[in-house]
Amino acid sequence: MPKYLLIESRDPFDSNDTQFCCDLARQLAGARNDVTLFLVQNGVLPARPGPQSGELARVAGAGVRVLADSFSLKERGIDATHLASGVTAAPLDIVIDALAEGAKVMWH
Amino acid sequence: MADRKTITIAIMDAPYEGARSTTALRLIDIAARRGYNINVFAYEGAVLQPFVAQKPHPNAVHGRTVEEENHFMPKDAIAALMRAAEHNGGKIDWVNCGLCVDERGAAEAVPGVRRGSPADFWKMAEASDNTLVIATR
Repeated sequence: MPKYLLIESRDPFDSNDTQFCCDLARQLAGARNDVTLFLVQNGVLPARPGPQSGELARVAGAGVRVLADSFSLKERGIDATHLASGVTAAPLDIVIDALAEGAKVMWH
Repeated sequence: MADRKTITIAIMDAPYEGARSTTALRLIDIAARRGYNINVFAYEGAVLQPFVAQKPHPNAVHGRTVEEENHFMPKDAIAALMRAAEHNGGKIDWVNCGLCVDERGAAEAVPGVRRGSPADFWKMAEASDNTLVIATR
Protein backbone atom coordinates (compact mmCIF):
# COMPACT_ATOMS: atom_id res chain seq x y z
CA MET A 1 0.00 0.00 0.00
CA PRO A 2 1.54 3.36 -1.00
CA LYS A 3 2.47 5.55 1.95
CA TYR A 4 2.01 9.28 2.12
CA LEU A 5 3.16 11.76 4.73
CA LEU A 6 1.63 15.19 4.43
CA ILE A 7 3.33 17.80 6.60
CA GLU A 8 1.20 20.79 7.54
CA SER A 9 3.22 23.68 8.95
CA ARG A 10 0.55 26.37 8.62
CA ASP A 11 -2.27 27.10 10.98
CA PRO A 12 -5.86 27.72 9.91
CA PHE A 13 -6.06 30.95 11.91
CA ASP A 14 -3.32 32.51 9.79
CA SER A 15 -3.61 30.72 6.43
CA ASN A 16 -6.70 30.05 4.38
CA ASP A 17 -5.16 27.16 2.45
CA THR A 18 -4.76 24.56 5.18
CA GLN A 19 -7.97 22.84 4.07
CA PHE A 20 -6.01 21.67 1.04
CA CYS A 21 -3.91 19.30 3.13
CA CYS A 22 -6.90 17.88 4.97
CA ASP A 23 -8.81 17.35 1.72
CA LEU A 24 -5.82 15.70 0.04
CA ALA A 25 -5.22 13.44 3.05
CA ARG A 26 -8.86 12.34 3.06
CA GLN A 27 -8.88 11.67 -0.68
CA LEU A 28 -5.64 9.68 -0.53
CA ALA A 29 -6.97 7.59 2.36
CA GLY A 30 -10.20 7.04 0.44
CA ALA A 31 -8.12 5.69 -2.44
CA ARG A 32 -6.68 3.01 -0.14
CA ASN A 33 -3.37 4.66 0.67
CA ASP A 34 -1.61 4.68 4.03
CA VAL A 35 -1.78 8.36 4.94
CA THR A 36 -0.33 10.35 7.81
CA LEU A 37 -0.96 14.03 8.38
CA PHE A 38 1.86 15.45 10.49
CA LEU A 39 1.36 18.86 12.08
CA VAL A 40 4.46 20.93 12.79
CA GLN A 41 5.33 24.51 13.80
CA ASN A 42 2.15 26.63 13.90
CA GLY A 43 0.39 23.75 12.18
CA VAL A 44 -0.08 22.22 15.64
CA LEU A 45 -2.35 25.04 16.83
CA PRO A 46 -5.62 23.34 15.79
CA ALA A 47 -4.47 20.26 17.72
CA ARG A 48 -5.53 22.22 20.79
CA PRO A 49 -9.22 21.48 21.29
CA GLY A 50 -11.13 24.38 19.79
CA PRO A 51 -13.26 25.57 16.90
CA GLN A 52 -10.67 24.60 14.28
CA SER A 53 -9.90 21.14 15.61
CA GLY A 54 -13.09 19.51 14.35
CA GLU A 55 -11.61 19.17 10.88
CA LEU A 56 -8.70 17.15 12.26
CA ALA A 57 -11.15 14.78 13.95
CA ARG A 58 -12.98 14.35 10.64
CA VAL A 59 -9.71 13.64 8.82
CA ALA A 60 -8.79 11.07 11.46
CA GLY A 61 -12.24 9.54 11.09
CA ALA A 62 -11.53 9.08 7.39
CA GLY A 63 -8.64 6.77 8.22
CA VAL A 64 -5.79 9.26 8.27
CA ARG A 65 -3.23 9.05 11.07
CA VAL A 66 -3.06 12.58 12.50
CA LEU A 67 0.09 13.39 14.47
CA ALA A 68 1.40 16.60 16.02
CA ASP A 69 5.10 17.34 16.54
CA SER A 70 5.73 17.08 20.28
CA PHE A 71 8.43 19.79 20.20
CA SER A 72 6.12 22.25 18.41
CA LEU A 73 3.40 21.50 20.96
CA LYS A 74 5.79 22.12 23.84
CA GLU A 75 7.03 25.37 22.30
CA ARG A 76 3.45 26.64 22.19
CA GLY A 77 2.43 25.43 25.63
CA ILE A 78 -0.05 22.90 24.30
CA ASP A 79 -0.54 19.92 26.59
CA ALA A 80 0.30 16.82 24.56
CA THR A 81 -1.94 14.72 26.80
CA HIS A 82 -5.04 16.79 26.03
CA LEU A 83 -5.13 17.09 22.28
CA ALA A 84 -8.13 17.32 20.00
CA SER A 85 -9.96 14.14 19.17
CA GLY A 86 -8.02 11.98 16.71
CA VAL A 87 -4.68 13.76 17.21
CA THR A 88 -1.65 12.17 18.86
CA ALA A 89 1.70 13.72 19.76
CA ALA A 90 4.76 12.30 17.98
CA PRO A 91 8.42 13.23 17.54
CA LEU A 92 9.82 14.78 14.37
CA ASP A 93 11.55 11.45 13.74
CA ILE A 94 8.30 10.48 12.01
CA VAL A 95 9.41 12.52 8.99
CA ILE A 96 12.84 10.89 8.73
CA ASP A 97 11.23 7.47 9.23
CA ALA A 98 8.87 8.14 6.33
CA LEU A 99 11.66 9.40 4.08
CA ALA A 100 13.77 6.35 4.91
CA GLU A 101 10.85 4.03 4.16
CA GLY A 102 10.34 5.61 0.76
CA ALA A 103 7.00 7.22 1.51
CA LYS A 104 5.85 10.16 -0.56
CA VAL A 105 6.48 13.13 1.72
CA MET A 106 5.03 16.53 0.98
CA TRP A 107 5.62 19.77 2.91
CA HIS A 108 2.96 22.45 3.10
CA MET B 1 25.80 0.49 8.69
CA ALA B 2 24.23 -1.91 6.23
CA ASP B 3 21.14 0.18 5.73
CA ARG B 4 22.57 3.67 5.41
CA LYS B 5 19.97 5.83 3.76
CA THR B 6 20.59 8.91 1.67
CA ILE B 7 18.12 11.73 2.02
CA THR B 8 17.98 15.02 0.17
CA ILE B 9 16.43 18.11 1.71
CA ALA B 10 15.90 21.38 -0.16
CA ILE B 11 15.54 24.53 1.89
CA MET B 12 14.86 28.11 0.84
CA ASP B 13 14.48 30.18 4.00
CA ALA B 14 17.05 32.65 5.26
CA PRO B 15 18.22 32.30 8.87
CA TYR B 16 16.36 34.09 11.69
CA GLU B 17 13.19 34.54 9.63
CA GLY B 18 10.99 31.59 10.34
CA ALA B 19 10.43 28.24 11.98
CA ARG B 20 11.14 26.33 8.78
CA SER B 21 14.89 26.85 9.21
CA THR B 22 14.77 25.40 12.71
CA THR B 23 12.70 22.45 11.57
CA ALA B 24 15.10 21.79 8.69
CA LEU B 25 18.06 21.74 11.06
CA ARG B 26 16.15 19.46 13.43
CA LEU B 27 15.46 17.03 10.56
CA ILE B 28 19.12 17.06 9.50
CA ASP B 29 20.08 16.44 13.13
CA ILE B 30 17.88 13.36 13.37
CA ALA B 31 19.25 11.95 10.12
CA ALA B 32 22.84 12.74 11.16
CA ARG B 33 22.38 10.91 14.46
CA ARG B 34 21.24 7.87 12.48
CA GLY B 35 24.37 7.96 10.34
CA TYR B 36 22.45 8.73 7.18
CA ASN B 37 23.95 10.55 4.25
CA ILE B 38 22.22 13.88 3.92
CA ASN B 39 22.23 16.10 0.88
CA VAL B 40 21.14 19.67 1.44
CA PHE B 41 20.36 22.00 -1.41
CA ALA B 42 20.13 25.58 -0.16
CA TYR B 43 18.30 27.89 -2.48
CA GLU B 44 17.46 31.59 -2.31
CA GLY B 45 17.91 33.02 1.22
CA ALA B 46 18.92 29.64 2.63
CA VAL B 47 22.43 30.14 1.25
CA LEU B 48 22.93 32.47 4.20
CA GLN B 49 22.42 29.63 6.70
CA PRO B 50 26.12 28.58 6.62
CA PHE B 51 27.46 32.11 6.01
CA VAL B 52 30.67 32.52 8.05
CA ALA B 53 30.21 36.24 8.74
CA GLN B 54 27.34 35.60 11.18
CA LYS B 55 28.27 37.16 14.51
CA PRO B 56 26.74 36.83 17.96
CA HIS B 57 25.69 40.05 19.66
CA PRO B 58 24.76 41.25 23.14
CA ASN B 59 21.18 42.06 24.03
CA ALA B 60 21.08 45.64 25.24
CA VAL B 61 17.32 45.53 25.87
CA HIS B 62 17.71 42.75 28.42
CA GLY B 63 21.16 43.83 29.58
CA ARG B 64 22.86 40.60 28.55
CA THR B 65 26.44 40.26 27.29
CA VAL B 66 27.41 38.30 24.21
CA GLU B 67 28.24 35.33 26.42
CA GLU B 68 25.02 35.57 28.41
CA GLU B 69 22.96 35.97 25.27
CA ASN B 70 24.52 32.79 23.84
CA HIS B 71 23.15 33.72 20.45
CA PHE B 72 22.18 30.87 18.14
CA MET B 73 24.44 30.78 15.07
CA PRO B 74 23.10 28.66 12.21
CA LYS B 75 26.62 28.42 10.72
CA ASP B 76 27.87 26.83 13.97
CA ALA B 77 24.89 24.47 14.07
CA ILE B 78 25.58 23.38 10.51
CA ALA B 79 29.27 22.80 11.24
CA ALA B 80 28.27 20.75 14.30
CA LEU B 81 25.78 18.75 12.25
CA MET B 82 28.48 17.96 9.71
CA ARG B 83 30.73 16.70 12.51
CA ALA B 84 27.89 14.67 14.00
CA ALA B 85 27.07 13.05 10.67
CA GLU B 86 30.69 12.11 10.14
CA HIS B 87 31.00 10.82 13.71
CA ASN B 88 28.05 8.51 13.06
CA GLY B 89 29.39 7.22 9.77
CA GLY B 90 27.40 9.42 7.42
CA LYS B 91 28.05 12.73 5.74
CA ILE B 92 26.37 15.97 4.83
CA ASP B 93 26.83 17.25 1.31
CA TRP B 94 25.65 20.87 1.49
CA VAL B 95 25.28 22.69 -1.83
CA ASN B 96 24.57 26.40 -1.97
CA CYS B 97 22.95 27.70 -5.16
CA GLY B 98 25.72 29.72 -6.78
CA LEU B 99 23.57 32.43 -8.29
CA CYS B 100 21.74 32.87 -4.97
CA VAL B 101 25.14 33.20 -3.27
CA ASP B 102 26.32 35.85 -5.73
CA GLU B 103 23.12 37.86 -5.36
CA ARG B 104 23.59 37.95 -1.60
CA GLY B 105 27.37 38.23 -1.39
CA ALA B 106 27.42 35.08 0.70
CA ALA B 107 30.36 33.28 -0.86
CA GLU B 108 32.15 32.54 2.42
CA ALA B 109 30.57 29.51 4.02
CA VAL B 110 31.63 27.05 6.70
CA PRO B 111 33.92 24.23 5.51
CA GLY B 112 32.04 21.45 3.76
CA VAL B 113 29.67 23.72 1.88
CA ARG B 114 30.12 23.78 -1.87
CA ARG B 115 28.78 25.88 -4.67
CA GLY B 116 26.35 24.41 -7.15
CA SER B 117 23.18 24.89 -9.13
CA PRO B 118 19.65 23.48 -9.31
CA ALA B 119 21.14 20.79 -11.54
CA ASP B 120 22.93 19.50 -8.43
CA PHE B 121 19.62 19.28 -6.65
CA TRP B 122 18.31 17.09 -9.45
CA LYS B 123 21.42 14.87 -9.24
CA MET B 124 21.10 14.65 -5.47
CA ALA B 125 17.42 13.69 -5.68
CA GLU B 126 18.19 11.08 -8.33
CA ALA B 127 20.85 9.49 -6.12
CA SER B 128 18.79 9.59 -2.90
CA ASP B 129 16.36 7.22 -1.27
CA ASN B 130 13.99 10.12 -0.84
CA THR B 131 13.70 13.89 -1.08
CA LEU B 132 11.89 16.54 0.92
CA VAL B 133 11.36 20.05 -0.37
CA ILE B 134 10.70 22.58 2.37
CA ALA B 135 9.36 25.35 0.24
CA THR B 136 9.26 28.91 1.43
CA ARG B 137 5.92 30.56 1.74
